[in-house]
Amino acid sequence: MSAVRVFFIGGYMAYRALFNWIHPGMYIPTMLAGPIFQVLFFAYVGRFVGLEDDAFFVVGNAIVISSMAGIFGMAMGIGGERWTQTLSAILATPANRFALILGRALPFIANGIFVSAFGFVCGWLLLDFNPPLSSLPVLALIIAVSATSCTALGLCVGATGLRARDVFFLANLVVFLLVLLTGANVPVDAMPEWMQTIARALPMTHGIEAGREAAAGASLSEVDHLIWTELGIAAIYGALGYSLFRLFEFEGRRRATLETM
Amino acid sequence: MNALRLIWAGWKFHLKSLTLSGFFILTSVLQPVIFATIAFLMFRAGAGDTTLLYVSLGSGMMGIWSSTLFGSGGAIQWQRWQGTLEYLIAVPPSFVMVLVPLTLATSTIGLYSLTATLLWGRLFFGVPFDVVHPLLFAVAIPATVIGLGLLGLVMAASFILWRSGANALSNLLEYPVWLATGLLVPLSLLPNWVEPVSWVLAPTWGVRAIRESALGGDPFFPVVMCVLLGGVYLVLGTILLNHFERLARQHATLSLT
Repeated sequence: MSAVRVFFIGGYMAYRALFNWIHPGMYIPTMLAGPIFQVLFFAYVGRFVGLEDDAFFVVGNAIVISSMAGIFGMAMGIGGERWTQTLSAILATPANRFALILGRALPFIANGIFVSAFGFVCGWLLLDFNPPLSSLPVLALIIAVSATSCTALGLCVGATGLRARDVFFLANLVVFLLVLLTGANVPVDAMPEWMQTIARALPMTHGIEAGREAAAGASLSEVDHLIWTELGIAAIYGALGYSLFRLFEFEGRRRATLETM
Repeated sequence: MNALRLIWAGWKFHLKSLTLSGFFILTSVLQPVIFATIAFLMFRAGAGDTTLLYVSLGSGMMGIWSSTLFGSGGAIQWQRWQGTLEYLIAVPPSFVMVLVPLTLATSTIGLYSLTATLLWGRLFFGVPFDVVHPLLFAVAIPATVIGLGLLGLVMAASFILWRSGANALSNLLEYPVWLATGLLVPLSLLPNWVEPVSWVLAPTWGVRAIRESALGGDPFFPVVMCVLLGGVYLVLGTILLNHFERLARQHATLSLT
């Protein structure tokens, strides 16, 4: 029961306390308006170079912009405890660590889904993107799975914040690399071989591929292998992030560096 | 003479301190290289016949805009956080003379991006760096830096008035300006109303000046426009800054973060 409370109430309180962009004056420009211009920017570059149609860039970027919540959010939600000097107090409690971490991830997954969905709606309103109505449930599932796997990678970034001096440097870098490597803007098979290898191990690459197929009319059974792969990647990054969190917690206690800045 | 000395000393100081900032290494070196890679791959895989040097220069200019936007947009807020804003306002020179070197330094540090994207393009994508008018290229770069730096002054003085903090506007304006100033996409592809907007933005003329001097064309007019717009930004920035200073003194909010 206590773990459930830590998961829901703790996660909600951590979100309210540590997510610096929660105020509408910050949230709207940073999480909604800015990312929409990302969708438009790459769609227009795509038109100029004659690479792919608008749908390619709308799906790719609408999914990848959930990293604003998944990566930056988790960097704030976990790494932020160190900045606010509350990490020791949190780790002194006997709270179930698994519930503690997952509870923090949940609001950012929901946030990522919202940002992605907003990206899709704006792409539909502003660009030449008209997915069939029947594809919407599958697209919704893909958005949810992709936001989850991105947040799992964000957990790794956030956990690194328990050790690294500047977690936002890493968060920014990861977000930029996701824009490059997930195939959001460049077809994965047009990348050099080594980039393709990295791309296939990253969150959202398979989600984006599934999203493009679904937006073109593919059914759930035609893309379910990609969704399962995306979920598998989410589980791997989630496990890695949790392990990193426990490792840095242990190391921080051992070396008395939990809140050293 | 004193003013020039102040600008020179301030510019050098801020340039050195920005060079030590991890965030500016990210925005002026790593981010432009990542975005240049995306652009190179897109242009190479696409059906167009645009030269990759066009892409290199555009991506470098994207980096100059980002470093100016984030550096200048948050300049006053940053001084507040550092606890140095009161001192900067209390010193005998006017606040605008203290702030201009900082905003110029943020656009100057963007030159790392141009260098990084040109080198990256040369080393990994075989992009030749053959400049058609080297002398004009050498003039176009400082003109662009000055134009953007003074636009930075306007951003510094206006973003601080946004209640939710300057960062919100900086986060918002990166992509729209990349798009609306034709850094990678010709303005003719955008809706008609974007073009008049682009005329009042220094990056539009900066990228034209740099591209036309490098790839061939007449960079003279864009260079003049960069300098002229810089003058307009200086006047506008001074008015806004005086307004900010008056409000901050009136409401005793100078040091409030």
